[in-house]
Amino acid sequence: MNKNSNAYTFIFAIAMVLVVAITLAFTAQALQPIQRKNVKQEKMQRILFTTGLDSVEVDGKKTRLSRAMAQKYFKKYVTKQVALDNQGNELDDVNAFKVDLAKEINKDVDKQAYPLYVVEVEGEEFYVIPLRGSGLWDAIWGYVALKGDLNTVKGAVFDHKGETAGLGAEITKTYFQKSFENEKIMDKNGNFVGVTVEKGYQGGTDKDDNAVNAISGATVTGDGVSDMIEERIKHYLPYFKTQTNVKTEKAEKQVASGK
Amino acid sequence: MKNENHTDQSLKNQGLTEEEKAQKKKEMIFFVSDSEEKESFLSKQNMKLLSDPLNNDNPITVQVLGICSALAITAQLEPAVVMALAVIAVMAFSNMIVSLLRNYIPSRIRIIVQLVVVASLVAMVDQILKAYAYDVSKQLSIFIGLIITNCIVMGRLEAFALGNGVYKSFLDGIGNAAGYGLILVIVAFFRELLGSGTLFGFEVLGHQAPDIADSTGLYAIGYENNGLMLLAPMALIIVGVLIWIQRSKNRQLIEEA
Repeated sequence: MNKNSNAYTFIFAIAMVLVVAITLAFTAQALQPIQRKNVKQEKMQRILFTTGLDSVEVDGKKTRLSRAMAQKYFKKYVTKQVALDNQGNELDDVNAFKVDLAKEINKDVDKQAYPLYVVEVEGEEFYVIPLRGSGLWDAIWGYVALKGDLNTVKGAVFDHKGETAGLGAEITKTYFQKSFENEKIMDKNGNFVGVTVEKGYQGGTDKDDNAVNAISGATVTGDGVSDMIEERIKHYLPYFKTQTNVKTEKAEKQVASGK
Repeated sequence: MKNENHTDQSLKNQGLTEEEKAQKKKEMIFFVSDSEEKESFLSKQNMKLLSDPLNNDNPITVQVLGICSALAITAQLEPAVVMALAVIAVMAFSNMIVSLLRNYIPSRIRIIVQLVVVASLVAMVDQILKAYAYDVSKQLSIFIGLIITNCIVMGRLEAFALGNGVYKSFLDGIGNAAGYGLILVIVAFFRELLGSGTLFGFEVLGHQAPDIADSTGLYAIGYENNGLMLLAPMALIIVGVLIWIQRSKNRQLIEEA
């Protein structure tokens, strides 16, 4: 057959594409379970990280909490996983861990499920809220842990799909995430404002100004972080209200029984 | 054996000594002939395919290809090593596949065919890393995809694999990728050591605590990491120093002005 004929060229191209497509589809299918497991373990590791659990004691030695260990310690420390609606009601038929925020975020606010994780470390309770929003190029996401007062940030982690390396991608760095620690999400009058990533931040180590220092050259990504914190936590406020009521009742009961 | 007769005749009128003729003939046969069966598995010429790119024909320091990724992923050793391995795998197999198909590829779409071969291999490497080296794959993310555009890969396919046998092409792929990887690892070694004071994440220079009194090793006597080493331009400077060292050792590489 003439190798330079159009027919040969077409047949060659079609055969090549078929072979390549089948091979790639097969590889992707075969590796998918392992990849899914990695993503799941990473999610657990991230949730624990926000509450300050970046290392655990193994045989009396402090060891960094690796992705492989995450599952075991996730079970140990996470006392409650719950999906909420935006009225603060718990949705019993939704598995909180399996909620895919990427899909959820495109629904109407009153149709979304809002996952919440309660982590208990050495007697202290933390509420971990998954975040998702958009940066400059693509999606950004993360987790923020609130302390028991439902106002102070315990810790935050962020990740991104395609932010610029060295600029927007810096949101994954510890120095940036650390700056959120102990920030408040309510202003001095008790109104919800979130934590703003502020350009030219002058606050220093002020933890009551609801703002952290932005990364130079990453304005849009920083705004994305502010927006997603504000937009996501907002929907948990009704639930938090019920929680604080329960807490005050509990405290009152304790006081009463103490008497 | 037509080829050999042909080369014999073309050499006749050039006025070379017998020795030079023999040498030249050897070289020409090496490039012209397709038959590998006669050669031993690791003959001198085959070894040359492996060793030349590591030294005198290095893709980065001599051919100055693949600089982009050499700057981007050499701040730490681990991603540099993984990238080197990924490129070795992609180049060895793409060279092999294209060489296998070289007599069947329609010449009008040969670049497309090469691209498809490289792209699908890269996609496979990406999937495998996501499954078995998840953290590293997140770090390398876009650079794995960019192997496709690495000039070394396409360059070797076009210049070597299309005209040479399968085994030779396989060696050529490994050789060139290893030459690329070698420079990557050397650059990453210095950048991680001087920039972060670690190698593969281990604190080889001692531990640096916020307070100098709590530090150990070099840090205890006031040593500081050089943060500049972590920035991309320093990779270029290290590559420059490597080129300088190589050319001062082998003066043949210096181009005449």
